[in-house]
Amino acid sequence: MSFELIVIGLAGVLASAGPVVFASIGETVSERAGVTNLSMNGMILLSAMGSFAVALATKSIVLGFLAGAAIGAAVSAIVALSSITLKQSQVAVGFVLALLCRDLSYFLGNPIMGLPGPRLTTAPLPLLKDIPVLGQLFFNQDPMTYLSFALIALAWLYVNKTRPGLVLRGLGERPAAAHARGANVAGLRYLYTIAGGAIAGLAGPMYSLSIKAGWKGTITGLDGIGWIALAITIFGGWSPIRAALGAYLFALLQWLGLVLQSSLPGIPSQVLQVAPFPLMILTLLFVNLGNAEWVDSLLARLPEGPRRVVARILRAMNAKPPAALGTPFEKD
Amino acid sequence: MRNPLSMKPLARAAAVIAALGITTIVLAATGAPPFAAYANIARGAAGSWTMAADVVVAWVPLLLVTSGLLMTFTVGLWNIGIEGQITLGAVFATWALRSCQGAALSPELAIAFAFVAGMAGGALWAMLVGALKTFGGVNEIFGGLGLNYVATAINIWLIFGPWKRPGVASMSGTLPFDKKFWLPTLSEQSRLAPIAVALALAAIIVVFILLRGTRFGLRLKATGKNARAAFLLGVPTWQYMMASFAICGALAGIAGAVQVTAVYHRLIPSISSGYGYLGLMVGMLVNFSAALAAPVALFFAALNVGSIQLPIVLKLDSALSGVIQGTIVLFVILGEGLRSRLAARRKGGAV
Repeated sequence: MSFELIVIGLAGVLASAGPVVFASIGETVSERAGVTNLSMNGMILLSAMGSFAVALATKSIVLGFLAGAAIGAAVSAIVALSSITLKQSQVAVGFVLALLCRDLSYFLGNPIMGLPGPRLTTAPLPLLKDIPVLGQLFFNQDPMTYLSFALIALAWLYVNKTRPGLVLRGLGERPAAAHARGANVAGLRYLYTIAGGAIAGLAGPMYSLSIKAGWKGTITGLDGIGWIALAITIFGGWSPIRAALGAYLFALLQWLGLVLQSSLPGIPSQVLQVAPFPLMILTLLFVNLGNAEWVDSLLARLPEGPRRVVARILRAMNAKPPAALGTPFEKD
Repeated sequence: MRNPLSMKPLARAAAVIAALGITTIVLAATGAPPFAAYANIARGAAGSWTMAADVVVAWVPLLLVTSGLLMTFTVGLWNIGIEGQITLGAVFATWALRSCQGAALSPELAIAFAFVAGMAGGALWAMLVGALKTFGGVNEIFGGLGLNYVATAINIWLIFGPWKRPGVASMSGTLPFDKKFWLPTLSEQSRLAPIAVALALAAIIVVFILLRGTRFGLRLKATGKNARAAFLLGVPTWQYMMASFAICGALAGIAGAVQVTAVYHRLIPSISSGYGYLGLMVGMLVNFSAALAAPVALFFAALNVGSIQLPIVLKLDSALSGVIQGTIVLFVILGEGLRSRLAARRKGGAV
């Protein structure tokens, strides 16, 4: 494979990771506020179908993307209502919505299945696109991919460097302390769950109006993406930058799977398609190993030198969820 | 003063009615005739003896997985890996029958061997999720989900690779087994196997008794309510979690073995048919109690079978059954939250 082809392939990796970047950063925002939004998988399918339908009817790509964000926000509002106000299990409502939204998208999307529709085009940035290699990689993409680059930086800045970001982290870590400092815990959790859902909802139109343009029902090939995005949120240790890295790693592996497929004809394509999933388990295992007791006792038995190396690797990989994730807040 | 507990069944009924109202509106909004759609589902589920038998055929695996899931729900686990456990059960059962094809073994023994192998396969896959959770700290939802996809990959690899049909491999599955290895059904054309129905009923009865009247069930409940407190009181909690995973996986494995030996007579790519996820919904809907599992699972099975003809007759997608099921469960969850919120407020006001 020539160098040029590899660069084009990597540019494709950056673009195809875009929706997963949006989804996992949206989920990161929601979980940082203390709410797990498990509906992701169905939500992305529903927003992919809904935004394609809107773009088809209005002939406007912009309205399509707005519809995608609105659907994400609406589904997340149900999660917020159920878990914040009604104090029901976040896992239960999220799982039901994951299945319900998926079936709803197949049911409602039936009439527009396979129709040709509008599609987002690439918008090369003048001058910048002519930089060798980097231009092809970063400046010859579609507008949403540029936005995905910006989102990583913005989300990181917001969460880590601003006052509201500090409050956001407090919501997930110590809601009682945030409440004592005058923050409206329930209201802000609503806000961040819905905002996170709107961000993640953009992943849908990024598929149906760009990367996998159109709606093809069950064979659209989007079923599973939302679960991957949820795992990447954990892999990302609830940090927007690490989550984005996880999304790029995932897209890179998928691309390698496609490349390898031509050289390994003996393996059915369905097998290579699921390769990311065992990898997802392995990465979650690495992320969590540092928290396990038996790893500590095993480490204690190693000689000094290797122990330090292993401990450092585990610490670098290790991630702990926000302390109050998944628990309703009771003020009294 | 009214006891809020007595409101429970009423609130549930109201939630189900509200859910049906919403799906009716969704149907009407898409321009479909709602009542014709419902009538079509009802006809598709109970219009003839064959259709009613098909509902029972779908009910068997659903009830088996729901029984198993009640065990994991009780101990506070979300066994989303159940789909993979059905698949592995089917794969192991297929392996058992394939290895019996040439052996001098009575068909009855071969089928029994297939069921034992299926149980082992499902239990193994479930305990893998349990081990990942206990020793690796991997949440059972993500471990299970990942292993579901791995199970699908193993299944497809076998169908297209080592177990492919002579000539060309295809999505239609492996070559059907010898007729003597089919689980006996009511008649030549029927897929309804009385033994499978008996197994499903036995499963839910055993789980009901286990959870109702045994020390084991009590300890499972204690672990589910507060694992730390249970551990301090001397319950070996992780062993109990593993045991509930193993039992659930074994029951899912039986479901896989039933699909292979009685329904399809071969291994097909989508052998779990989504029964695992549907079982999770049934479990949530019956609020994790075994007494209601059988009738609710029957209702869900009827919706699934009844909607098969929707695309042909009304040009509607058969995903409608999933929409109805999901909306009902969602409304029951929201209704339960609303009821307890109102009850708490009433209590607060009375003080």
